[in-house]
Parts: sequence; C-alpha cells; structure tokens
Amino acid sequence: MRTAVSALDLRKPSSVDEALAMLRDDGPRVPMAGCTDVYVSLNFGTLTSARFLDIWGLSELRGIEEADGGLRIGALTTHAELWRSPLVLSRLPILAAACREVGGIQIQNRGTLAGNVANGSPAGDTLPVLAVADAVVVLRSADGERRVPFNGFYTGYRATVMRPDELIVAIEIPPVPDAQWFRKVGTRAAQAISKVVMAAVRSETPRVALGSVAATVVRLPQTEAALAAGAGIEEAQRVLMEEVTPIDDIRSTADYRRRVCANLLARWWDSSPMKLAS
Amino acid sequence: MRFTLNGAPAEVDAHPMARLLDVLREQCGLTGTKEGCGEGECGACTVLVAGEAVCSCLVPFAQVEDSEVVTIEGLGGEHPLQRAFAALGGAQCGICTPGMIMTAMTLGPEPGIDEVRTKLAGNLCRCTGYEAIYRAVLDATRAEAAA
Repeated sequence: MRTAVSALDLRKPSSVDEALAMLRDDGPRVPMAGCTDVYVSLNFGTLTSARFLDIWGLSELRGIEEADGGLRIGALTTHAELWRSPLVLSRLPILAAACREVGGIQIQNRGTLAGNVANGSPAGDTLPVLAVADAVVVLRSADGERRVPFNGFYTGYRATVMRPDELIVAIEIPPVPDAQWFRKVGTRAAQAISKVVMAAVRSETPRVALGSVAATVVRLPQTEAALAAGAGIEEAQRVLMEEVTPIDDIRSTADYRRRVCANLLARWWDSSPMKLAS
Repeated sequence: MRFTLNGAPAEVDAHPMARLLDVLREQCGLTGTKEGCGEGECGACTVLVAGEAVCSCLVPFAQVEDSEVVTIEGLGGEHPLQRAFAALGGAQCGICTPGMIMTAMTLGPEPGIDEVRTKLAGNLCRCTGYEAIYRAVLDATRAEAAA
C-alpha cells in the first residue's frame, strides 16, 4: 500500500555545503535526486526511512568533464545526459550503451548515475561498466572528501562503505582501453530489469564484470586471470561458472543465469578483437 | 508553491513529498494524466517537466517548484497528435493514450519508425495497439513538418 506522505519529512538544501551540514547535524536522512528508486518504495509502502534530503536541485553536482585523460561525472548526471554526451560516447561507449537500456526515456531523464550506485541493486545496469572501468566513487562529508575504488564500494547486498553523513559527489573514470563490450539480457530491451548484465574490456589483462549473478555487482578475477594466462574460452567459461553465485528469483533461475553469462563470455571473446594500447 | 502549469502560473499548497501525479489529478483537477503501475514501468502518468518526459508518479511535488509542467490538457484537444490518435485508431481503451502523446511530444522533427519505437518504449499499451499508435505518431509528425 502506498505510504501516506503526511508523515514524511523533506529538507531541500540550496548548496552541497548546506546538504552536508544537514546530514551532519540533522541526520540520518536519505538523499533523493531523480527519485526513480525512492518513489517506487514510497508507492509500494516499503520506504525504510521517513526523512529525506532533496539534492536534485544542486547544480554543482551535474555535468561531465574530462579529467586526467578520463572522465569526471557529477553525481546528479542523468542516464539521458550520459548517453547523449560526446565525451562518454568517445571515452566509455559501454556506459552510454548501459544508460540507453535503463528503463524508458522517462526513467533515463530522471535517474542519476550516483543514484544507481547508491541504490546498489545487484542488477543495476551501469554497475558492471563502472566495475570494469575501475571507477572511483568520490564521497564528501562536512569533514572532507575521500575517494573509494568502485570495486571496494559494496560490502554486501545493498550495503556500502558510505557513512550516513556522506554524499556521493562524483564518479571518476580513469582512461579505459578501446575494446569495450556491454550486453544486458532481460525479457525486453526497454523497462526490463536484467537477468544478467555484463561489461568487459579486452586488453592484455582482460576485465569482466557481471550484474545479477551475486549479492553485488562483481568483477571476476579468476576468469580474468585464466583469460590473461591464455586459457581457451571453454576453460574460461568453466572458471566463470564456478566463480559466479547467482540465485533463483522472480526474474530468472540460477542455472539459466550461469549458462547465459558463460555464453556471453564466449560471445564477447569471439566478437571483440584484441586491441593494444598504442 | 509556485510553478507553471500548461502555460499559466499556478500556486498549489501540497505536501512537498506528494506525488506530482496526485497534485495534478486531485488538487489541480487535471485527470487526463492516468495512474498505471505506480513504479515507473508503464508510462501512463507521463507529463513534461521542463520539456522532458517524466513519470509523474515518481516526481515529488517539491521538485517542480518554479518549473514548467505540461499535461495532456495543455495540448488543448486539437493538437495534431491528438487528432491523429483519434483518426487512426491510436487510442483503444485510452488509459495509455495521454502518456503516449506526452512522450511523443518530445520526439524530434520527422522521426523514423525506429526513433518512435525507442522513444515510446517506456509507454505500455495493454490493448497492444502499438502499430496504430506508431502510425498515428508518424502521421502527426509528418503533417506537422509539412505544415
């Protein structure tokens, strides 16, 4: 049943500094931006908090810029802004591809990259991309800023290293080799939540990340090591199927997911020519 | 709180966490915007905020302060998209229609069928009248371009 809004408390800071002060002095509050996750919980009566912080209007947290040969993406940058960005299309085309498959245009216009990260769903479409890109999550509190490697950000199912007084202010992406690959498998291209979602980068040290096959998005170090050591694709598939820990749920079964991600590994490996950094 | 609604200044007193959908339907009396799934999956509640298609079931009222909101009523009833949906069978039961039209409002000039399909992918029609909907959108956007 839908949550009655009369009991909910919202504050609307006008700057990042003010937001951080509110989180420190008047917390805990759940930051909300495009609300594409928060309002689903509100509509289904499953909110876990009654206190919110509306950061949607903080324009300091928007925008995509070049940084150290890679990208710095403001926390509130939406999926639609990402897939339309020439910088993203040239540097990290798999992020644009992932953003185009999030929900429909209505969700892409509102959902933000940092919201996808903070929500921490194991099925989050952009998360395998950030994992293979070795992205860095920039967290800020009233005490200062810290940078956390994306691949160390999650500690368990929807659990992160973030403190309640911290906000994600940006996602930083170092330069990523050109041979990038992304594939989402769901019941339908639009709207569907993934059964399996994979991002990969082909280089001398191949990188593979998967969503919807474990409690969090995962990199596959054993599969990557097997490929780097020259294992055949069948051997790498065998390693991968041991390495993932999918479950049966409403969207798919563990067996199906294991089989499909092995198939995706082979499809990637066959389709993506080796490119060395020049 | 002040905002612009269908081109006119509006001032509505509602809870900041109220859904834009409820404010439009219940406080502004604009019942053209429909509630479907209430989780951003079906697009029935699509309206334009600052020119962008959004699901009004997922927008807190606080976030439209000083923004421009356009609903199906803002099109007036004789918009080329409305006329084409009516003439070409683009509307069957009608629940998805306002959302379909509002999303179609954000298409570029003279879109191709692939662009129409992709842009409308977040709007579900449970009568499955998609072919007639696409025909209506293509017809209306071609007529507009020719006008």
